[in-house]
Amino acid sequence: MKTLLIAEYRDGKLLGTSSELINFSAQLGAGSAMFLVGSENALPGYSGKLYLAEATPATEFNPGLHKQLILEVIAKEQPQMVVLPHSSYGWDLAPRLALALNAAQISEVVEIKDGTLVVPSCNAKLRRQVKATTDISVVTLQGGAFTPADDPTGAPEVIKLEATSGGDIQFKGYEAAAATAVDLSKAEIIVSAGRGIGKPENLQMIENLAKALKGEYGASRPVVDAEWAEQSRQVGTTGQTVTPKLYVACGISGAIQHLAGMKKSEFVLAINTDKDAPIGEIADVLAVADLKQLVPILTEKLNAL
Amino acid sequence: MKILVCIKQVPDMESKFKVNAAGNWYEETDLAWRMNEYDEYAVEQAVQLKTQVGDADLCVLCIGSDRVKETMKKALAMGCDRGFHIADDESHLKDPFAIASLIAGYAKEQSFDLIFTGMQSQDRGSAQVGVLVAEMLGIPSLTTLVEFSYADGEINAKRELEGGIKAKVSCKTPALVTCQLGLNTPRYPTLPNIMKAKKKELLSTPVAEFNPVAAILETLQVAPPEKKGGGLILEGDPAELADQLIKILKEKTTALA
Ligand SMILES: Cc1cc2nc3c(=O)[nH]c(=O)nc-3n(C[C@H](O)[C@H](O)[C@H](O)COP(=O)(O)OP(=O)(O)OC[C@H]3O[C@@H](n4cnc5c(N)ncnc54)[C@H](O)[C@@H]3O)c2cc1C
Ligand SMILES: Nc1ncnc2c1ncn2[C@@H]1O[C@H](COP(=O)(O)O)[C@@H](O)[C@H]1O
Repeated sequence: MKTLLIAEYRDGKLLGTSSELINFSAQLGAGSAMFLVGSENALPGYSGKLYLAEATPATEFNPGLHKQLILEVIAKEQPQMVVLPHSSYGWDLAPRLALALNAAQISEVVEIKDGTLVVPSCNAKLRRQVKATTDISVVTLQGGAFTPADDPTGAPEVIKLEATSGGDIQFKGYEAAAATAVDLSKAEIIVSAGRGIGKPENLQMIENLAKALKGEYGASRPVVDAEWAEQSRQVGTTGQTVTPKLYVACGISGAIQHLAGMKKSEFVLAINTDKDAPIGEIADVLAVADLKQLVPILTEKLNAL
Repeated sequence: MKILVCIKQVPDMESKFKVNAAGNWYEETDLAWRMNEYDEYAVEQAVQLKTQVGDADLCVLCIGSDRVKETMKKALAMGCDRGFHIADDESHLKDPFAIASLIAGYAKEQSFDLIFTGMQSQDRGSAQVGVLVAEMLGIPSLTTLVEFSYADGEINAKRELEGGIKAKVSCKTPALVTCQLGLNTPRYPTLPNIMKAKKKELLSTPVAEFNPVAAILETLQVAPPEKKGGGLILEGDPAELADQLIKILKEKTTALA
């Protein structure tokens, strides 16, 4: 088995996901080569062949061009599997490759089981073991699922690729994340509100609990999207990453993108009406209760201490 | 202008899921069904575009059993002009490639200027169908959009990247875009619009008439995740729960120190 690993690069930086690709490939017991549109000044720790095209504003985000270059590398390397991170770069590019290769795509792999791949379904409430029936497959890996214990080392053997611009999508630069009014990354105690709060007025009880615990309040994405809380309160892959001593998740189901932002919390208390909510997988304590009842009582009792 | 929006009907994710008898998907009985959350943003954006350009035909497409028509009616009540239902009781066995082939087959005939999809479906979560459709049609696709604007045959949009960064991108129509959460504020259908939607065209065609291709991805097994969590589950009266929680916080954390 041979894999082609597609590393990610953005705005002058190599993204950390390449180590997960390398580890995944090693777990499969496969040989590998790597592809990157990036820079010679930011090479991954990797001992293998690295096909490298120089990133410029016209080539850095250009899925049509990346597809073309990768197809050329595939013709040379003949891998049985093309591996990408399940990220904004990976899920955009993977189906383009899959169709061009007549390959089945397996999205968001979380585990290798008996040589086949496992993906989540229904907000991680189910897992599907799947198999491609095509000779070559394209897979994307869930962030964090294959993080190696130690970062891979080594210096790649760089093979330069010629990248011309062009293509039917124009990339016009980045827009920085909105300035954060609240720096949750330094908070020691965070109480977060999820969609389970039901209506904006109920955010107050989350704030009150946060105050009673002398912490900050945070929010899951739907609460921010609905404009019940500011963007700077959002915890998760597209929000802030937090590492408090105590994280209280109120009415939050525990989607992977939320977990990614808070799973390094020291102690997690979840309050949820759904006993099977995936947040239970990482919570130290799951209180199965209606937050509208439990949160005010808990706050009152804490204030009386 | 001809616009297509693709929607999927999915179970409410708070449901209790049971594996079906064949062991290849969830049991479809006893579930509450709704529009895939990402597709609500797609429908809203399509309706806003129709309002903006004035002279447009907005078609909503869904592949699934007759049950999905309920969800299509919601899209019609939100402002789509007509519905195209590909009737398929076995759509859950189709992989993204097979689903995309059906959509692309229909779209090719109709030559839409713009196609909207969700970035992913909540039950399958593959994030493939939209991009595959575009590739099959040979048109550009922009994914994971959190901002969208259209003028004179050109789309200007923002893709969401990790950590809240956005990438500014543009392309010419015909094109396909996949919609991310927060792209807009999906409207609630009003009662008069729900009534009006009942009179809108909702054409149903059996999937067999589209020569469906075979799936290239096989499901070997579906199962709930093994419970790794050593976490404590507490149930009961809220006041007693609160006392228990305070005790635990005192013992296990420094939060109340
Ligand atoms: C690319 C991408 C990036 C994303 N980035 C982020 C991100 O940064 N952060 C983020 O949070 N999400 C992110 N998401 C969205 C994520 O996938 C989920 O949709 C989101 O986290 C769900 O938020 P939630 O748990 O609040 O809502 P839901 O999933 O709807 O869960 C609500 C929960 O509340 C419970 N509940 C309902 N009523 C009550 C009650 N009365 N009392 C107690 N519990 C109750 C329910 O049982 C349920 O578990 C992203 C998604 C994508 C695709
Ligand atoms: N059965 C279906 N009928 C119509 N559109 C669908 C169907 N399945 C998926 N889609 C569309 O494709 C998007 C991505 O789905 P997926 O690739 O399954 O994550 C969804 O948000 C829908 O817009």
